[in-house]
Amino acid sequence: LRPPAVSSKVFVQRDYGSGTISKFQTKFPSELESRLDKQQFDETIQTLNNLYAEAEKLGGKSYLEGCLACLTAYTIFLCMETHYEKVLKKISRYIKDQNEKIYAPRGLLLTDPIERGLRVVEITIYEDRSIGSGR
Amino acid sequence: MKNCEYQQIDPRALSVSPMSAQNRAEMKAQRSRRKWEVFPGKNRFFCDGRIIVARQSGVLPLTLGLIVVTCGLFFAFDCPFLVEHLTVFIPVIGGVLFLFAVISLLRTSFTDPGILPRATPEEAADIEKQIDTSGSSTYRPPPRTKEILINQQVVKLKYCFTCKMFRPPRTSHCSLCDNCVERFDHHCPWVGNCVGKRNYRFFYSFIISLSFLTSFIFGCVVTHITLRSQEGKSLIQAIQESPLVICFFSIWSILGLSGFHTYLVASNLTTNEDIKGSWSSKRCTEESGNPYSYNNIITNCCVTLCGPMPPSLIDRRGFVPLVEASPAASATEIELPPFLAKNDSNMCTRSTKDVLARMVHAFDSRGLCPPGTPKTTPVGVEVSSSPSAGCPLFSRSSRKRDSLHSSNPAFRLASPSPSLSRNTMILGEGPDVGFIPIP
Repeated sequence: LRPPAVSSKVFVQRDYGSGTISKFQTKFPSELESRLDKQQFDETIQTLNNLYAEAEKLGGKSYLEGCLACLTAYTIFLCMETHYEKVLKKISRYIKDQNEKIYAPRGLLLTDPIERGLRVVEITIYEDRSIGSGR
Repeated sequence: MKNCEYQQIDPRALSVSPMSAQNRAEMKAQRSRRKWEVFPGKNRFFCDGRIIVARQSGVLPLTLGLIVVTCGLFFAFDCPFLVEHLTVFIPVIGGVLFLFAVISLLRTSFTDPGILPRATPEEAADIEKQIDTSGSSTYRPPPRTKEILINQQVVKLKYCFTCKMFRPPRTSHCSLCDNCVERFDHHCPWVGNCVGKRNYRFFYSFIISLSFLTSFIFGCVVTHITLRSQEGKSLIQAIQESPLVICFFSIWSILGLSGFHTYLVASNLTTNEDIKGSWSSKRCTEESGNPYSYNNIITNCCVTLCGPMPPSLIDRRGFVPLVEASPAASATEIELPPFLAKNDSNMCTRSTKDVLARMVHAFDSRGLCPPGTPKTTPVGVEVSSSPSAGCPLFSRSSRKRDSLHSSNPAFRLASPSPSLSRNTMILGEGPDVGFIPIP
């Protein structure tokens, strides 16, 4: 069975309305209309935005981490994983999960934004193959 | 929903590549390279990609030399006298400050300042599609800007022609390093690197600790001279010839810089913004304030200096997939995800694909690959290039790679799925291909 071919790619751009925090636009791309429900797409993007917000959250914990790092002349980063990195791993797992459950069955593939420098969420659309048709 | 069957994409499935045995052998024979070796910016890398510096190290050796020599002289000549007359803590404090300053300096110099990786050709084409409404393929469009609202403030985003993307707010392109740097402050020759989002806190701690260090040494030297002068007046003239005057002037410049940066930190500004006067009240009618400021000095300080440490977005230590010349491949083939067969040449040529097929062959991608994943097998990937540019085609193959390393060795991203790794490579300065609008 031949593997599917790439039809096109959709890029979900960053939303800078709230400043420089990592946040992606929730506008539903028209190319996905035939493949995906708007609600599912919304949910994926919102969850990603929430996860990035968690990574970049300014609170007691992050300040404590920052102060501790400063006191140790930032050498602590050599042996400790930062909070941001932990959340990035969580995001990777979430994207894998979403791909397996929702996107792959519809001939789509989400690319982790970190692979694109947190610029875009890249969604690859594979050509649909009806049974019996071949290219 | 449309009435058709979709091929289930199994992210873990990797089809057997129908590559010839000869090709496989060739690939294995070629040495795999890390991404820092093909990085398009003008940076230099050491320790196999762990350390990143700007192309010109500037006066970093001079900075280090000055600090080491000054402290050396202090420890050699002033400390023995002061330990005897005052307290033993003098060299201890001096030593701690010296270490702190040097470590901060090295951290500033060798850390990725927040470089944004360049846009992939598909992304660039997508952006082009959105803004280009007319014009021929040979016409280079005028500089593009995009206006957005941040906290009710209109901010203009500029398009970077080198990196082929709209720069995020507060990002600037450093011409010395040829990179877009997030929250770009300035390019510091003393430190030999750009100062941006990721290393601003190191830079700030460097200048603060250096201020303390120089003030401390200055104070100790003055104390030393004063104490000595009480013993014998003939010593004054000899010591007056010491580099006290030079110290005096350098202290003021360092203190001045520290003061300036303290002001920037407290108002959440960058040097770039301050110099350009981006947020100064130019207009009498409208009060244009800094949209990024939290309007609270303590919050601004905490955010800039103690905020979460963002990761490095450029993957320096990831492996670059090998490139194989494939002259037989047609020019309309486009890049395939890693798990597709190499010679799957029956690619449909829809309009977006045609655009992609004409793109330049430089790619950048950050690939994630978990160590020891048995499912990652080498497969062939093909890439298109613009026939008008006359670039040879390359077919690439992925291979098992180590996990990612950033400047922070502790930062490791376990890839959830090998299919998410797009194997691409930057081939240095590729020819600039004019974008062709989709008809």
